[in-house]
Order: sequence, then C-alpha cells, then structure tokens
Amino acid sequence: MNNEGVDQSKRQFLTTALTVVGAVGTGYLAVPFLSQMQPSVKAMAASAPVDVDLSKMETGQLLRVAWRGKPVWILNRTPEVLKTLTTLDSQLADPKSLESIQPENSKNAMRSIKPEIFVAVGLCTHLGCSPTFRPEVSPPDLGDKWQGGFFCPCHGSWFDLAGRVYSGVPAPTNLEIPPHRYVTDTLLIVGEPAEGESA
Amino acid sequence: MKPSRLNACGEWVLDRFPLASLWKDHMTHYYAPKNFNFWYFFGSLALLVLVNQFITGILLTMNYKPDAKLAFDSVEYIMRDVSWGWLVRYMHSTGASAFFIVVYLHMFRGIMYGSFKQPRELIWIFGMLIFVALMAEAFMGYLLPWGQMSYWGAQVIISLFSAIPVIGDDLSLWLRGDYVVSDATLNRFFAFHVIAVPLVLVMLVFMHIVALHEVGSNNPDGIDIKKLKDKDGIPLDGIPFHPYYSVKDIAGVGVFLIFFATIIFYMPEMGGYFLEHANFIPADPMKTPEHIAPLWYFTPFYAILRAIPDKFAGVIGMGGAIVVLFLLPWLDRNPVRSIRYRGGIYKKALALFVISFIALGYLGTQPATPVMTNIARVFTAIYFGFFLLMPIYTRWEKTKPVPERVTMDLTLEEQFPAICEVFEEITEAASAPDDDGHQHAFRSVFFSRRPNPEGMRNVATRLAKKLKKSLD
Repeated sequence: MNNEGVDQSKRQFLTTALTVVGAVGTGYLAVPFLSQMQPSVKAMAASAPVDVDLSKMETGQLLRVAWRGKPVWILNRTPEVLKTLTTLDSQLADPKSLESIQPENSKNAMRSIKPEIFVAVGLCTHLGCSPTFRPEVSPPDLGDKWQGGFFCPCHGSWFDLAGRVYSGVPAPTNLEIPPHRYVTDTLLIVGEPAEGESA
Repeated sequence: MKPSRLNACGEWVLDRFPLASLWKDHMTHYYAPKNFNFWYFFGSLALLVLVNQFITGILLTMNYKPDAKLAFDSVEYIMRDVSWGWLVRYMHSTGASAFFIVVYLHMFRGIMYGSFKQPRELIWIFGMLIFVALMAEAFMGYLLPWGQMSYWGAQVIISLFSAIPVIGDDLSLWLRGDYVVSDATLNRFFAFHVIAVPLVLVMLVFMHIVALHEVGSNNPDGIDIKKLKDKDGIPLDGIPFHPYYSVKDIAGVGVFLIFFATIIFYMPEMGGYFLEHANFIPADPMKTPEHIAPLWYFTPFYAILRAIPDKFAGVIGMGGAIVVLFLLPWLDRNPVRSIRYRGGIYKKALALFVISFIALGYLGTQPATPVMTNIARVFTAIYFGFFLLMPIYTRWEKTKPVPERVTMDLTLEEQFPAICEVFEEITEAASAPDDDGHQHAFRSVFFSRRPNPEGMRNVATRLAKKLKKSLD
C-alpha cells in the first residue's frame, strides 16, 4: 500500500469512528437478539394459581401438584412429626428460615399456615432435582440420624419435614415455599398470596 | 499428446483454485515425524467420528420433532418405523461416546508427550476449546430425546449457572427461556445442537489443524525434527503425511470400526453407560429418577461437583477442573517434552492423575453416599494437585538426556524372537508323548509344553524391576 501523501491522523480518525459506530450498532442489535431468549409472554402468563382440595387427605399423606411446571408438595404431617421437628434445630443450616424463600404467612417454626399442612416447591435448592419423600425414621440406607424428611438423590442433600436443610450438605437454603392461601378450611390455592401480601 | 477433455477441465479449475498446492502443503509435502506410534491414531479418528455425527445427525433431524409433546415419541418412531432409523440413531448415540473416548486418549497423548509445550500452546488451546464445545454439544444433544435423564440432567446443569452470584438466577432463566426446563428449552437446545455448536466445532477443528501444520507435529520422543534437515530442506526424521500416515490411519480406522460396529450392533446401550436406562421413560417434571448420573464422559467432573459441600464452590471446582487444563502449557515448567526423558516424579504424578481421573469417573456414576463422597474428595485433591503443584515439582525433576534423532520402536517382527524366548522361559517341555504321530508343527510346539512356575516368577520379577526402573 502506498502511504505517500496520506493524512495519517485523518485516516486514523475515520477508522476509529467507523469502529465505534459499528460497535454501537452491534450493541443495539444484540438487545433484540439476546432478549429473544428470555421467557416469552406466553411462558410468563402460564403461571396461573392451582386449586387443591384437601378434604380427602389423610394424615401422613403427600400430594403432588404442578404449579408453573414445578412440582409442589402438600404434606399432611402427623403429631409425632411436628414433635420431632422442634428437636432438630442444632443440626440445621437455617433453622429460623432467615436465608430462605417463603411468604410471610409461612415464616414460622413449622414453616406453614396450619402446623400440620406443609406446602413447598419440591425442587432442591442446590441444583433443582426433586427430592424423594422419606418419612420413615432411621432407614438402613440413610442411617440412624435420619428423622424422616426429604432426601435429594442427585447430590445427597437432606431436608426435614418442614423443608429445612441440614448443615453440611450441598443445598444452601431451605426448600422454597410458594405463595398460597386457604379459601375454605379444605380448599387451598397455590400461587396466590394471602390477602394483604404481595407475591 | 493432445490433452483430454478431463485434463482440460482440471486445468481450468486449478487455474482458479489452489487445490494442487493445498493438497501438496497439507498432504504430500507435510512432513510428519517418522516415529508416530499407537497414540497418534486418535486425532484422525476424532475427525472420522465428527463426520459420522454430521451425517447421522442430519438424517436424524429429518424425522425428529423438537417439541416437548412430540420429541420422545418421534425418537421411538425413528427407532421402530423409520427404515434403518435404529441404525442411524445408534450410530449417532454411540458416536457421541466414541467421540469422548478418542478425544480423551488424544488429550492424554498430548500430556504424555508434551505436545502442548512451546511452540504448540495454541494447538492445545484450540483443542481445549473443541473439548468444551464438544461437552456443550453432547449435553444439549442429550436433552433432545426428552427422557427422564434428559430432563433432570438439563435441570441440574442449567441450575449450575444459578450458583453464580448476582446474575446467576437471571442467567439460568435466560438459558432455559422458562421458569423450568420446558418446550422452550428443548427447542433452543435443538437449534444450538444442530446449527450453532457444530459450526463453532468445525471452525475450531480448522484452526486446530492450521496451527498444527504451521509448527509441525510433535512425536513420542518430543524432538523438534525441523532442526536437522537434508539438502532439500526436508526434515531427516520426517516422512510425507500422504501416503505414509494416511495409510497408517486407514488401518487405525479399520480397527476402530470393528469396535464401533460391535457396540452399535450388540450393545448400543453399553449397559446403561452410552444410553441410560431411565432415559427410556418420558420426561416427568414432577419426579426425579431415584439415581441420576450424567453420561460417563461427564462423570469425573460431576464427581468433583458433588465432592465439594458448597453450592458455589462446587460449581467453581467443576469449572476449575476444566480451566486448569487450559493452563497446562504454563504450569509445566520442564522444557523436556516427552515422558520418555522426563523425571520419575512427573511419571508418578501423571500415573496418579490418570488413576484419580478414572476413579472420579467411576464415583460420578455411583450414588452419593458419605463414604463415596469422602473418597471423591481425596481424588479431587489429587486431580488439582497434579496441576497446581506442577510449577513446583516439574522444577525438581531429574530429566534424562534427549536424543538428537527420533528413536524407532521395534516392529512386531523384530520383537518375535524375544517373545519366543519369554514363552520358552515360562513353559517347560512336557513328557507327554506325541499321541498319533501326525505332524502338527504348531500343535506339537505349543501344546507339548506345560507352564513352568519358576520361569513365570522370574519373568514377573524382571517385569516389575523394569517397571520400577522406568518410573525413576
């Protein structure tokens, strides 16, 4: 290339200007391209609340319902379980649920509106597997320390029957509790916050 | 002689496209060291598997439906109703595992003979990028059959991103395109799996080979063959890639295809390691299978993830296990390339690394019991120790003198007398008389001898001594 008689500073300016304009243009184009991968309006709308009829539920029974595509558990806890739950605090990572996600009406010792009915999103807070329901005490595969709870088969996290995580396992926080409220004594709505509360 | 029509056509093309010089530069006049051994098959085999994945993949897309409602059934449709669909699908699924087998062996070759060292650092970096792209390709491809393992595997791996502080949750939402793994996720994984990642892979393979042909191939002795050239400028220890290595590689392809075809026809699921049993159940977002494990080629990294009892640190450990591989050219401070001339401490370290990699791979397939987790922690420490302590222990090494010229392995023919000698040592002539007097030359030599315990002990001791010496 013959550079004789060329105004180098002007050429440099034009090169820089073109690069900057090109970069800005690319940046603007990146917004629609990247936003395309966000959840669509349809996906965001498909999060309707779910009604659950509790009238036929027996003590100790676990119901699974789908809410926003996620498994939600409704567990009817026995009086023995409720008694055991008060003795576990020292083994738990977050016994008071300070770091965990739950609506105000479930931020209590039993993590529920009614002590015996426990509602939670059935996905481990570690990497999102659905833990298995293991209500029995001290089964051979889990050992003597097991007081009944939810065991995550993927990475071995332990939760008690209030969805509280044990310390020393991979999961960082307690199981998430979805917004929910009772319409009548036996009709539960999952996905709708209690009156006067925001989701 | 009058040039034929065909020649004229050829001339016409050659005047416009440098086909002849490309062929010359990269095949007939690309000089590769003459001492390549068994370990040098896996680069060309990886290319073969890549072509296999492309062809079978294109055929599979003709009948596959990337839709959460239809995907599982469309795969079963390919398996049952499409002519030869089962063959194409098994070639593709077995090809995925075969890809990782040849790539892991190819990478081990590079570590063993120091092929990542100056001036081949970029070849190694491109190779590592290919490895990462390959993992992304395999992971996204595994979601497509929409079985239980597909679903929950994707759920776990995407959740890994949510461990990143601040942006994690938004990032994993953006990757999924929904609040859970769903139709949106399946559809975009299909797009990445069949268009985006294969394009990146092809470009990286191209750059890997361009970089290789710029600096030339390494060899089992780790010697620079370009130092000694003849009067025409051809390396004294070099031979043209074509026909010498093209023919050698075809022999390798033949052996590889025997194994490949055996798996496709007789054990396509490979006992649940190539196609997992739980993946024959359609995806159920409500229920995780009792025991979930990734496919075998991810299990070493998965075992590291599980061994660390903290969500974010686990993800860092898993990612770090791959990142340290990128840094290898700068961690190894020893200028000697080949393991043949390196010190005992490096040989032992490499042996420990291989053991820990295989052990982690096994542990990753097993349920996470406390005992298994503790064992995995030990091997995780060895894995990282191999890399992170490398700048220290590679300085202490007492290396052996590196020869000027490459050394040649004995051929089978040359080894034959030695093999016969060992055979004679571990057996003794039996007194059993020749039964019917027939002249069975081979039978009479081979079967008239009985095992000799004394000789076997001697041979075993010699082997052990030799092994110990080679580790010093």
